[in-house]
Amino acid sequence: MAVVENIGREEIRLSEATAGDYFALLKPRVMSLVVFTAIVGLVAAPGAMNPFIAIIAIVAIAVGAGASGALNMWYDADIDHVMSRTSKRPVPLGRVLPGEALAFGLVLSALSVLTLGVLVNWLSATLLAFTIFFYAVIYTMWLKRSTPQNIVIGGAAGAIPPVIGWAAATGTVSLESVILFLVIFLWTPPHFWALALFKAGDYGRAGIPMMPNVAGELSTRRQMFVYALILAPLAVLPAVLGYVSWGYGIAATVLGAGFVWKTWAVLAMSSEDKVMKPAKQLFAYSIVYLFLIFTAYLLDVVAWRLLAPVGA
Amino acid sequence: MDDNLVTMSPAQKKAQRSRNIAIGVALAVLVVLFYVATIVKFGPSILDRPL
Repeated sequence: MAVVENIGREEIRLSEATAGDYFALLKPRVMSLVVFTAIVGLVAAPGAMNPFIAIIAIVAIAVGAGASGALNMWYDADIDHVMSRTSKRPVPLGRVLPGEALAFGLVLSALSVLTLGVLVNWLSATLLAFTIFFYAVIYTMWLKRSTPQNIVIGGAAGAIPPVIGWAAATGTVSLESVILFLVIFLWTPPHFWALALFKAGDYGRAGIPMMPNVAGELSTRRQMFVYALILAPLAVLPAVLGYVSWGYGIAATVLGAGFVWKTWAVLAMSSEDKVMKPAKQLFAYSIVYLFLIFTAYLLDVVAWRLLAPVGA
Repeated sequence: MDDNLVTMSPAQKKAQRSRNIAIGVALAVLVVLFYVATIVKFGPSILDRPL
């Protein structure tokens, strides 16, 4: 009667994936960080932007970040399956097929980039497209499984959102937004390696060459400390250069000192330590650090604007 | 005749309904988004037309 008669019953697969499963493909927790840092970049940029266009820009950036998460889950289903942290994701659970995650990621990538380009500007859209490509292809498909520098270089993808936010507002890339980029970029290795230290077994089983598995724990802890030493003063730079106040400068100094202190505790950790409390504490602190640094930056910029005389 | 039809389990029906609602909401949001963005892009000149 119909064309479908020749299809074997076993080929018919009805999905049990809910909207929530698809939402999980977007990595909502990573997305929240992307949204927050992009907002800071957008608000900190000079000039007035139509608030509605600003909201569209943030939504497009968020969806683009989510799309790269979906592409990552499509490609990494095999290793996500063997790691405790990721085994409950929709693709390893079998709720969403890899092909469905791929299609979802590709459609959202195209939609978010085109929306940003058409309604905001093409520089920010190009940066968003590059970020999705960098995260999905350069990081996920290539670096993640081949080099212990994977998250160092791949961290660039996670660090770009404030630059995209700034570009959405101004149509330019400037030193101020590049410094915000560098803060996240230098923050990523100590943040991720703290996790990799106490999840080394997980990464080892999945065959991912994380730094502790390849170069050893001591070398990783030393490198983390070096990154912390560069990050702490760099985060104070906006105040030194004078485009934000020392209110932010003092906050960044105190938070940075805390970061160096927590990383030092990880460096001083005994090699026999299997519980790795300092590493877990650094991981938790690093999230708070990034959130507070960007909050302080945002508050400083907003306060400055409200206090400044009109027309100045 | 019924043999040729695929019967959905309650879980599958529920999941499909949830996906349909999400797609519907997403499409509605896109329509509103592009409509309002168009108005915003026009700015005050949207009223500047022969009546």
